[in-house]
Amino acid sequence: MADVMVMKEIEDTALRLDVDLSTLDLDSIRLPPGETCGIVSDDEEVYQEDNLEFESGFGNIIVVDNLPVVPKEKFEKLEGVVRKIYSQIGVIKEDGLWMPVDPETDKTLGYCFIEYNTPQEAELAKEKTHGYKLDRAHIFCVSMFDDFDKFMKVPNEWAPPETKPYAPGENLQHWLTDAKARDQFVIRAGSDTEVLWNDARHLKPDPVYKRAFWTESFVQWSPLGTYLATVHRQGAAVWGGSSSFNRLMRYAHPQVKLIDFSPGEKYLVTYSSHEPSNPRDANRVVINIFDVRTGKVMRDFKGSADDFAVGGAGGVTGVSWPVFKWSGGRDDKYFARMGKNVLSVYETETFSLVDKKSLKVENIMDFCWSPTDPIIALFVPEMGGGNQPARVSLIQIPSKEELRQKNLFSVSDCKIYWQSNGDYLAVNVERYTKTKKSTYTGFELFRIKERDIPIEVLELENKNDKIIAFAWEPKGHRFAVIHGDNPKPDVSIYSMRTGQNSRVSKLTTLKGKQANALFWSPAGRYIVLAGLKGFNGQLEFYNVDELETMATAEHFMATDIEWDPTGRYVATAVTSVHEMENGFNIWSFNGKHLYRILKDHFFQFLWRPRPPSFLSPEKEEEIAKNLKKYSKKYEAEDQDVSLLLSEQEREKRRMLKEDWDKWVNEWKRIHEEESLHRQKLRDGEASDEEEEYEAKDIEVEEVIDVKEEVLHIEYGQE
Amino acid sequence: MRPILMKGHERPLTFLKYNRDGDLLFSCAKDHNPTVWFADNGERLGTYRGHNGAVWCCDVSRDSGRLITGSADQTAKLWNVQTGQQLFTFNFDSPARSVDFSVGDKLAVITTDPFMELPSAIHVKRIAKDPSEQTGESVLLIKGPQGRINRALWGPLNRTIISAGEDAVIRIWDSETGKLLKESDKESGHKKTVTSLVKSADGSHFLTGSLDKSARLWDTRTLTLIKTYVTERPVNAVAMSPLLDHVVLGGGQDASAVTTTDHRAGKFEAKFYDKILQEEIGGVKGHFGPINALAFNPDGKSFSSGGEDGYVRLHHFDSDYFNIKI
Repeated sequence: MADVMVMKEIEDTALRLDVDLSTLDLDSIRLPPGETCGIVSDDEEVYQEDNLEFESGFGNIIVVDNLPVVPKEKFEKLEGVVRKIYSQIGVIKEDGLWMPVDPETDKTLGYCFIEYNTPQEAELAKEKTHGYKLDRAHIFCVSMFDDFDKFMKVPNEWAPPETKPYAPGENLQHWLTDAKARDQFVIRAGSDTEVLWNDARHLKPDPVYKRAFWTESFVQWSPLGTYLATVHRQGAAVWGGSSSFNRLMRYAHPQVKLIDFSPGEKYLVTYSSHEPSNPRDANRVVINIFDVRTGKVMRDFKGSADDFAVGGAGGVTGVSWPVFKWSGGRDDKYFARMGKNVLSVYETETFSLVDKKSLKVENIMDFCWSPTDPIIALFVPEMGGGNQPARVSLIQIPSKEELRQKNLFSVSDCKIYWQSNGDYLAVNVERYTKTKKSTYTGFELFRIKERDIPIEVLELENKNDKIIAFAWEPKGHRFAVIHGDNPKPDVSIYSMRTGQNSRVSKLTTLKGKQANALFWSPAGRYIVLAGLKGFNGQLEFYNVDELETMATAEHFMATDIEWDPTGRYVATAVTSVHEMENGFNIWSFNGKHLYRILKDHFFQFLWRPRPPSFLSPEKEEEIAKNLKKYSKKYEAEDQDVSLLLSEQEREKRRMLKEDWDKWVNEWKRIHEEESLHRQKLRDGEASDEEEEYEAKDIEVEEVIDVKEEVLHIEYGQE
Repeated sequence: MRPILMKGHERPLTFLKYNRDGDLLFSCAKDHNPTVWFADNGERLGTYRGHNGAVWCCDVSRDSGRLITGSADQTAKLWNVQTGQQLFTFNFDSPARSVDFSVGDKLAVITTDPFMELPSAIHVKRIAKDPSEQTGESVLLIKGPQGRINRALWGPLNRTIISAGEDAVIRIWDSETGKLLKESDKESGHKKTVTSLVKSADGSHFLTGSLDKSARLWDTRTLTLIKTYVTERPVNAVAMSPLLDHVVLGGGQDASAVTTTDHRAGKFEAKFYDKILQEEIGGVKGHFGPINALAFNPDGKSFSSGGEDGYVRLHHFDSDYFNIKI
């Protein structure tokens, strides 16, 4: 649209100045250098991006400083040592090692240059040997040759940094102040990315912002909904603002593949993996941790993909994202990652290891932070052919103290599920039967907030049932399990506290459900049992308080389901994994279908998260108690809207009918006028009775065949 | 509404046409034999044998005396409806895609596909009263645009020819001079191949169906877009009820893209829309392949659909249908 406007203006101006635009080759016009005529180039971004990747020819040379200063006779020995160290890392070029000698003293100068075949090798050598201790007095200091320019430019005098005047920023949480308390969501379909309000009252989405080619791979909300992150080839960017979406910050990270926010959205972790120069090597992985607001890199991690591959000695290949898991709560204090036999926990004050060392855990398989507290639950599988039992332990950070531990025998697999408040922890344990031929399942349930963290064991009634899905009620004490064998598994719901005795007990089992996924409402109480993929999108909306089904529905071929952050609406979507049916449906919490939008090449549907409520639990309880008082106002509003809607609908229909009648009358008139001509065309046959059609039933008797036959009747037998 | 299943074709259906009285139904299919049926009970009356390729289209004269068919064997043929006798063969250098008799049945418009170096073309032929005087000479030849023309029909009083096809543009030509009079707007028009085009009973407006998953209603004289009906599947066939303000869209996922998991996935439904409000009223399921052809009985009390599955389904409406209120 903007282009059209501009073109129009140009044409008008050309007309005024009497210039024939068509004879003009616009591309031939050159502005004098440095003069823009007030036209801002839209290539600006391209230039900036280009500057990031500055190629100079010495990328494969490193400088090793802090070498011993040796006289001539020891020169060869030192050279041999250095060569030995550095040729382990990569191929040093012929004559690639040069150790300068002071011509006056004939002694070395304590540094040398090493030229590798590739910059990658040089980089690797720098990482691996920087800080290498040759002996106590000689700790290598390795730099890239290209960096020397940078080092030289550091001014000798310290200049105090300029303080910029405070500029008030936009209110990034403006969307929360919507008068109608609606929620936003982002969708990505085709090349367009669009943010919309869910205007459920009017049964349609209300557009907020739309942009084509906003992202090159995907978009993601930050955990509290403040930012929308887009991912590009050059890096990631975050967007937000009060009225529309402005770019707030960019994070340069070439070829970034995956991103992850810390739960308090202070930090952004970006991940990329690059094809190695040598095909036998593993991919090179680069992970950056940015400060979201300043855009500064707080810490980067580089290494081969193997270093970041998760899993114990067993060796699960590939990197499972997120590599770094953040501790719970909103203070973003700790993050951790699993290595081979170690668990590395970092803290964000200095971005270094807690206590400067990793936690040694032989064979660690999996770990998980509590969503609220600095507690890690980790799982170690069986070792030594069953002599050493598998175990699940809870570890407090930063003390690294083991709070609780449970040994488990003949375990084949283990999955850890935290309840969202960090009150409970469920460990789904799959054990081998005695014959080791099959497995059966049980749960170990930890009550974290109680004294000594008691553990309860829960076994399903039919121990051989496979567990298809497990989900805790958010902020609640219940959990749901889909178990059994396909095609129609059972769904059971358990409670961690029933009546007086705080023991786990079953609330109900729903038999033979077409479900393979569970989606609790973020507010608890309601759950959607969904049959995705193989079950063609069966949905059951279930009220757990009343233990009754509210509604069953179907969104044919649905692949994704997401509750809105308030628990009022559910979105079901068919994404482009299917060729057909792409689009999404919005349902009310109790399974009423509200509206449906179809979009081809539908990739993503994401509700904008909301930060937790500022209301105290007491206040919330009070509201729940006096709900009637509060709801009156909203019910009246709803009534008004629905009246207005039906009024509008009626009006619209009336308009359409009127328009149509106008068309038809016009046509009839012309048709009449032309009837004579038509008659002529038909050789005078009165032709226009075609509109008044009359069907008559006429019975026709047709003589098909006449045949004479003589019947012999015999008499005289009586 | 229990449909009558008419099994007679061995290949996918391509076209359906009722005669003016609504007692006969003509069907064309990719097998070589156009067939005529009793429109009331679906009984087969006979076939017209002589084509040597898929038959794409047919039209029947007002007095139900003549049938014209266009075929992929590069001919269009005139038949005696009653006897099945071949009266005349128009030979072309490429497949004949669409045929239509003019008002008065003295002219016929025939479109041919682009083939080898040949572009698509619209031919106007004079139809002689006496078949022995019939010639193959063209009254008018219009060189068509890029891509196939899927349907061409006569405009009011035979003064114009309306064509639509692969380039998604609807064109109105002068039937005397062959001059292009109007083109549909790229912005508001179809985005993909137009597969079907059908006129209202009085010829004042027409409906087009397209692979862009929509059908559009246009004014025949001004080529103004009046209505748009949006569906979930490519539209292969459209029909308009002569009795009520209903339109029917038929189609479904392309046969090659149909999943093998669930018959519901293809959506091989004939969908009814309110012509004025553009809202969906209902659907008629049954075919297990895309619907390629739809036709309304001129009395508006029954309609038939022909599918990629080779069946013609004849539906007589229940009385409820005539009382639908939305």
